[in-house]
Amino acid sequence: MSAVLNSPQPTLETPAAPIEHTPFTRPVILCVAFINGFVIMSIELLGGRVLAPYFGSSVYVWGSIISVFMLSLSLGYLWGGRLSLRRPGPKVFASFFVIAAALCLPIIFLADGVMTAIFVAVEDPRYGSLLTALLLYFLPICVMGMVSPYSVRLLVSSQAHSGGVAGMLYFFSTLGSALGTLATSFYFVLWFNINTVMWGCVVALLLCASAVMWTCRRPAQTMPDSGNTVTMPEAGK
Amino acid sequence: MNWQVKKTVLLLASVVIALLVFATTIPQTHAQREIIHEERSQYRDVVVTEFNNQRCMLFNVHRGDMNQTCVDLRDPKRLVFNYTKMSFAGLLLNPDPRRILVAGLGGGTIPMAMRDLFPAATIDVLEVDQAVLNVAQEFFDFREDDAMQAHVVDARVFIKRAGLRGEQYDYIVLDAFSDEYIPEHLLSKEFLEEVRAILTPDGVVVANTFSSSRLYDYESVTYQAVFGEFYNFKLPGSGNRLILATKSELPSPGDLRAPARELYDALEPYGVNLLEYPPRLTTRPDWDTSTRVLTDQYSPANLLN
Repeated sequence: MSAVLNSPQPTLETPAAPIEHTPFTRPVILCVAFINGFVIMSIELLGGRVLAPYFGSSVYVWGSIISVFMLSLSLGYLWGGRLSLRRPGPKVFASFFVIAAALCLPIIFLADGVMTAIFVAVEDPRYGSLLTALLLYFLPICVMGMVSPYSVRLLVSSQAHSGGVAGMLYFFSTLGSALGTLATSFYFVLWFNINTVMWGCVVALLLCASAVMWTCRRPAQTMPDSGNTVTMPEAGK
Repeated sequence: MNWQVKKTVLLLASVVIALLVFATTIPQTHAQREIIHEERSQYRDVVVTEFNNQRCMLFNVHRGDMNQTCVDLRDPKRLVFNYTKMSFAGLLLNPDPRRILVAGLGGGTIPMAMRDLFPAATIDVLEVDQAVLNVAQEFFDFREDDAMQAHVVDARVFIKRAGLRGEQYDYIVLDAFSDEYIPEHLLSKEFLEEVRAILTPDGVVVANTFSSSRLYDYESVTYQAVFGEFYNFKLPGSGNRLILATKSELPSPGDLRAPARELYDALEPYGVNLLEYPPRLTTRPDWDTSTRVLTDQYSPANLLN
């Protein structure tokens, strides 16, 4: 926490609004936050099924998965917030989705190999499942966690509105998580193979990246702090 | 502003109170039974009740009578449930098991009967919940010894490891299911392949399955995919269907009468009438054979039940 608070404050070169606001930017960012939340919980729910053939579906398997997801998200929030301090812009934001999508691929292709190795090496299914969850899910979920604070930064253009913007983003991403949990557990597992749903998540993340690249632009850099967009200095502590 | 906060607090408080009132008025469905013990569990608390000289183990007392196991206190040897009795039909295919694996302990009635019947056999019992084992030992006289061991472990994990170690069993009972939640990783084709891998050439798998829901079709085609033709076993008046599957070819129905006659006397004290079983065994599919096979990738068993 203190690492973030002690980081260099944004300088005057960083405009208060890191993207040019058009009628599309706000809905697009809220929408990708929603999809991000949806995908996170969809992957978490499938995680139980991915691990069950090797470690069972005992309560500690869910304990491992939920702990790893929470840990990944917490560190993702921290690092995403940190990254947003330095020249925040749509390219970095879009790259989160591409990287997260790429990091989901090992869950599809390497899970069985990883779990076979761990199953042989670790006798205790509690630590076997914890280690598997860490190896498979830590990196992708961490990157997905970075989306939340970063999207707050992209949408906030004044300190006075920051709470409202953050609230709105939490609303959409957590609503996405709720629906992701529901849709996956009620319907997706009934309609599709696990890996088909995982591919759906990968495609959804890539669509998020392209939507961001399509609609969000950096503002023209000619007048860094002309009075139009800049209303107040950020993070005035 | 202040008024709004007050309003919100009032609203929340009334919702909480309403929920509490609702919770306390839910009728207690097991009022007529005497609860003699409640065991705290990592999963679902285990309750032991006594009624009408029957002692039962229950998992879910709030949704009505969901007995896992019952014993008749006047005649503890006599098995109470039909499906428990039916599981001994496996003896028609392998009358003298040496290494027995029972997945799902309950009150331990099946392994204890096997222990009595086959003193020379070694028995491994798998139970995922320590609380069930505690209750079975304390209230249902389940005793471990050198040849019979209970393992607190997920059946899939134990069976996968047994396969890696190259261990084999000649009598495998799969009974790790309750009505309310089905372990979906114990229904898939991959799991049954792991079970088949630890089966001796003359061994038999006895699986207690679901007969009344859509799962009937799914389970049937999945067993078919792994074991080929199997014996389907239902009794009139019982909601259960048992699957008897072997690695090698099934014996013909005529061959089952001799072991039934031989074992009849030994099983009679348990309430098992083995002689009426052979005519009830059939290989004729009475399920939709175009149903999708359950796999680790696709096993929505709880949604199909």
